[in-house]
Amino acid sequence: MFNGLIDRIQHVGAATIHSFRRLGRGSVFLLEVIASCTSLFTRPRLLVKQLYSVGVQTLIIIIVAGLFVGMVMALQSYYALIDYGAEDSVGVMVALSLMRELGPVITALLFAGRAGSALTAEIGLMKATEQLSGMEMMAVNPMQRIVAPRFMAGVISMPLLATIFSAVGVIGAYLVAVELLGLDSGPFWSQPQNKVDLYLDLYNGIIKSVVFGVVATWIAVFEGYDCIPTSEGLGQATTRTVVHSSLAILFLDFVLTSLMFTK
Amino acid sequence: MSDILVKIRDLHFSRGDRKIFDGLSMDIPRQGITAIMGPSGTGKTTLLKLIGGQLIPDQGSIEVDGLNVHQLSTRKLFELRQRMGMLFQSGALLTDLSVFENVAFPLREHTKLNEAMIRHLVLLKLNAVGLRGAAEMMPSELSGGMSRRVALARAIALDPMMIMYDEPFTGQDPISMGVLVSLISELNNALNICSIVVSHDVPDTLSISDYVHFISAGKVVESGSPETLRNSQAEWTHQFIHGDADGPVPFHYPADPIMDDLYR
Repeated sequence: MFNGLIDRIQHVGAATIHSFRRLGRGSVFLLEVIASCTSLFTRPRLLVKQLYSVGVQTLIIIIVAGLFVGMVMALQSYYALIDYGAEDSVGVMVALSLMRELGPVITALLFAGRAGSALTAEIGLMKATEQLSGMEMMAVNPMQRIVAPRFMAGVISMPLLATIFSAVGVIGAYLVAVELLGLDSGPFWSQPQNKVDLYLDLYNGIIKSVVFGVVATWIAVFEGYDCIPTSEGLGQATTRTVVHSSLAILFLDFVLTSLMFTK
Repeated sequence: MSDILVKIRDLHFSRGDRKIFDGLSMDIPRQGITAIMGPSGTGKTTLLKLIGGQLIPDQGSIEVDGLNVHQLSTRKLFELRQRMGMLFQSGALLTDLSVFENVAFPLREHTKLNEAMIRHLVLLKLNAVGLRGAAEMMPSELSGGMSRRVALARAIALDPMMIMYDEPFTGQDPISMGVLVSLISELNNALNICSIVVSHDVPDTLSISDYVHFISAGKVVESGSPETLRNSQAEWTHQFIHGDADGPVPFHYPADPIMDDLYR
């Protein structure tokens, strides 16, 4: 009984130390990655290749998801607002929700699932097949050649993808609200023009998506680089990327929202 | 210039609680093929990674061409590695690049040669390993033996002073094995460099080596020319060369007596 309790306390202690140790390693890793990003100025082709793989190839899922999210939001807000005779505000409600919250958050969650897991798997497999060791022995720094372009591509892609998500979402809302439900297109477009603030809404949304991009890509590349180079280790690392990124994004969204939108 | 290229002194290295090297010392000459042999799990690959500066020893020193590998700055270490080639067991080819681009990789990274010169050099290196015709293939299209030959072409791309081979013969069919054995020997003679072959394949490795170190339990057990070691009366060397199931390296992993285990 007593021994069992001691064992549990030891187990919790060991897990806590392990977590903090990984956080420390991850933080040092992030600093190394940021320092390595300077090498991209001399080799922009590496970045362009990763922008295609990380950003462009995530575009389809972002567009489809954005369209449906916008359509659902228009439908739900129409049914909620019509009781108060405020259905003309569907456009502004959808636009603000997308730009402030849903655009950055859903894009980041989709990004973590699509691009983040792929980055972890790719880097982890390179580690397992000794490609990273091989590079080191060829006097090529894998942080500069492999990690930095992927990290920077994620950071650049995220705000662009979030902006596209929001724009497509508004189009989806237009299709439902105006074309399907028959609302007047005048207020649908004019109200957002009056109510959406460039700094408060648009810029803050972009800042959020940049932060989410840094965090999601950092977790993805770190998990790949730090994984145990076996099939089991790689699977666990990929799972951790999606779980940790998603939780970090939702937590940071709360923190950023409370900082940005206080009265 | 010293005749010794790699000087290892009192090397200690552990992984967790497991001691891999316990005061290992050896010299590797500047020219010729030196084999490092021993049973699986004795740390042969680890030793290559220590020589290449990818791992840091707990104690002791490794000098390569007069430079203490583990006291070099990152920049100096990378400069030294440009003069080292390493052939990994898996080949470690970059899977998103073609055979040609894999061999061109170190040239593009470390030289400012123009495209025509790079093409010439890559095709010559590929020709040396008999795979000029496979230049446009992707690594996924190659057999295990071909991958290692491409990796060998890449390892000699920068004309290194030494090449380290990590288990080059493992998992090869007799023809691929024969090709790799003769390639290692011919390249070493043609380039007049230092080749370090880590292997547990006795007949083929001894057939091409000039000097052999046997390692076991973290130390050098015996060293000498292949002929000396073949005729050695030492129990360990005899067991390893003849592949005896029992001897100084016991058949059974250490355990309690079987009766204690069965009726526990």
